[in-house]
Amino acid sequence: MAVAGRKTDIGPPHYENFLPPVIKRNYGKWAYHEIPEPGVLVHVSESGEKLFTVRAGTPRILSIKTIRTFADLADKYADGYLRFTSRNNVEFLLSDEGKVFPLKTELGTLGYPVGGTGNAISAIVHTQGWVHCHSAASDASGVVKSLMDALYPRFTSMDLPAKLRVAFACCLNMCGAVHCSDIAVLGVHTRPPRIDHSELPKICEVPTLISSCPTGAIRPTTVDGKPSVEVEDGQCMYCGNCYTVCPAMKINNPKTDGISIWVGGKVSNARHEPMFSKLAIPFLPNNPPRWTEVVDAVVNIVDVYAKHARKHERMGEWIERIGWPRFFKLTGIPFTKYHIDDFTHAGETFRRSVHLKS
Amino acid sequence: MSEKKYETPLLDELEKGPWPSFIREIKQEAERPMVRDLLGVLERSYEEHIGHWKHGGLVGVMGYGGGVIGRYSDLPEEFPDVSEFHTFRVNQPAGWFYTSGALRDLCDIWDKHGSGLTNMHGSTGDIVFLGGKTTSIEPVFADLTEKGWDLGGSGSDMRTPSCCAGPARCEWANYDTLNACHEITQAYQDELHRPAFPYKFKLKFAGCPNDCVASVARADMSIIGTWKDEIQIDQEQVRAYAARGMDIEREIVELCPCDCISWDGQAMEIADGECVKCMHCINHMPKALRPGKERGAAILIGAKAPIVGGALLSSVFVPFLEMTPPYSDLRELIEAIWDFWGEHGKNRERVGEFIQRVGLGKFLEQIGLDPVPEMIAHPRSNPYIFFDDEIVAGAEA
Repeated sequence: MAVAGRKTDIGPPHYENFLPPVIKRNYGKWAYHEIPEPGVLVHVSESGEKLFTVRAGTPRILSIKTIRTFADLADKYADGYLRFTSRNNVEFLLSDEGKVFPLKTELGTLGYPVGGTGNAISAIVHTQGWVHCHSAASDASGVVKSLMDALYPRFTSMDLPAKLRVAFACCLNMCGAVHCSDIAVLGVHTRPPRIDHSELPKICEVPTLISSCPTGAIRPTTVDGKPSVEVEDGQCMYCGNCYTVCPAMKINNPKTDGISIWVGGKVSNARHEPMFSKLAIPFLPNNPPRWTEVVDAVVNIVDVYAKHARKHERMGEWIERIGWPRFFKLTGIPFTKYHIDDFTHAGETFRRSVHLKS
Repeated sequence: MSEKKYETPLLDELEKGPWPSFIREIKQEAERPMVRDLLGVLERSYEEHIGHWKHGGLVGVMGYGGGVIGRYSDLPEEFPDVSEFHTFRVNQPAGWFYTSGALRDLCDIWDKHGSGLTNMHGSTGDIVFLGGKTTSIEPVFADLTEKGWDLGGSGSDMRTPSCCAGPARCEWANYDTLNACHEITQAYQDELHRPAFPYKFKLKFAGCPNDCVASVARADMSIIGTWKDEIQIDQEQVRAYAARGMDIEREIVELCPCDCISWDGQAMEIADGECVKCMHCINHMPKALRPGKERGAAILIGAKAPIVGGALLSSVFVPFLEMTPPYSDLRELIEAIWDFWGEHGKNRERVGEFIQRVGLGKFLEQIGLDPVPEMIAHPRSNPYIFFDDEIVAGAEA
């Protein structure tokens, strides 16, 4: 219920307040667009009017100093109009083509790379990690920064077979919903929660805690005369849902938390239907500040894909054409028992034919 | 004011390299004690390989149940200035369009009350103000609403809806994603601010099957633009693509997933009755091909990340819906889902999981939709069918 005398439930400001005149004049009347160079889009209206977009990568965590810098750049080059993309890029919306080059130059000087369009690796969408989250199995921003430093030329050029979407989530909650990405980098816990029996009765509701477990691994027990729970270790797959409902179920573990890598997902309907990403590498160590093992693994997958996929083939389409055995062979990634699903409906992922390449 | 400063050799490493550095962003605000302590505790995490944030905790503005996420350090004695480090979700404008003035308003508010650090944007789409004290919550809210902004969703409520750039900057928008997103957000302010559902409910508006907001993977309800009639072809422009060197046979015809395009070097023909509207040909020949004119959206339902019962993609719920204001059909559908799931869903059960538990057939019955074959990849292969009495009533008699 709204509280009297306060301004509440006003919702977001109307988007029309923020659209440049060239968009207002051509709203819903765009005829086509082209990508004249990496990081630059030109949308052409049925009337012939043009809108130029300059896209630059950001680190997602932005200080207000940087946002004010973007506002100043928008004033200087784009009559004050800008937007952000679903992948945390900033886009300046220009009606004057002559200002594209000077804006690109100034963004470059400031250290914000122009790119992320077409057959490129756009910015990596990611989660909060150690900067801000309670259940993170890894940092997020640091891994992403390290990855994008290595993948930088793939952001500023467009020479991949198709677009390649990389996403990072620091635990299975996937605030970054990485599960349908060409390459998903996912923090994983690998051990059952450690139970703080002295804290648990004070801060958690035991029945809610028990019902939070998707595999029924949590059972009631009594420890030192107080109600608590025990975990059937063999049934736990470390999802951390119990930790989210009860902080005494400590899932984070500095020795055993790490990172997994998944490939071949997509959300677009173009050609192949949307697909989940599938496991490529079950576990790599958390190795801050540069996560070298993770960076090397991702760069290897990108390079092998870039070399072998056909034009327009997304990662998952390429793998489907060549088959998973060849994917593992070409990338040199070891195939292990962890790659074979053993959860609900696992059998649907087994090969049930003799369609086997030699 | 504390003058302490931490050595951060591990974090400093992340100021190097060509990609813009989040550490540089954080350090830009390090004159604030809160941000100095953030750097200190983050360096500790990099040393120890573990985060130092406690979970949750109920904080919020008066009259709302969502929009602010409580966050506390588990090392409050060592890092007192981040002992409270709450997140504010501020509902973004549809399509993430801004003016420089609007951004400066937001910066001024966060400059005055918080860490000066943001995410542009969070995963669901909100503007995220990262790190404020409990005492700052009401003042931030007062200043936001004064300037015409409001909080977004969190917890078991309708989460902040989001949309693609739509007709504002895309020729492929099959409906007005910005308008639909804005109107639905405004229509359900109560559901957005006051959690009353079994769990979160996300809505994402994508203008075409390219799905630039990843709605099929991330939204409990995915509203994906599509069309019913023929793809519009400009044959002159098709020939121009060929003249510029595009191998139309190889790049377009052979990659069409339903084999419905032909090209004889002069004219392109599309058997639209066989077309599944995947967007491949349109994506690569935007000057020559455009979606049809009879436009609307397919409504899909049930996507989610793995927690709790496994990841799901959305699946078809209504194959085609006209999307014109005031979106009465869409709203009827949304409200019917909320009624049934709201009453029978379990705690922390997303609607996709709920449908798996009760069965899509039964769910459709309760919502009042007829089953159609577009909803499935194939009919069931398992013969364990739960029959209603009616189907065998004739046989019994």
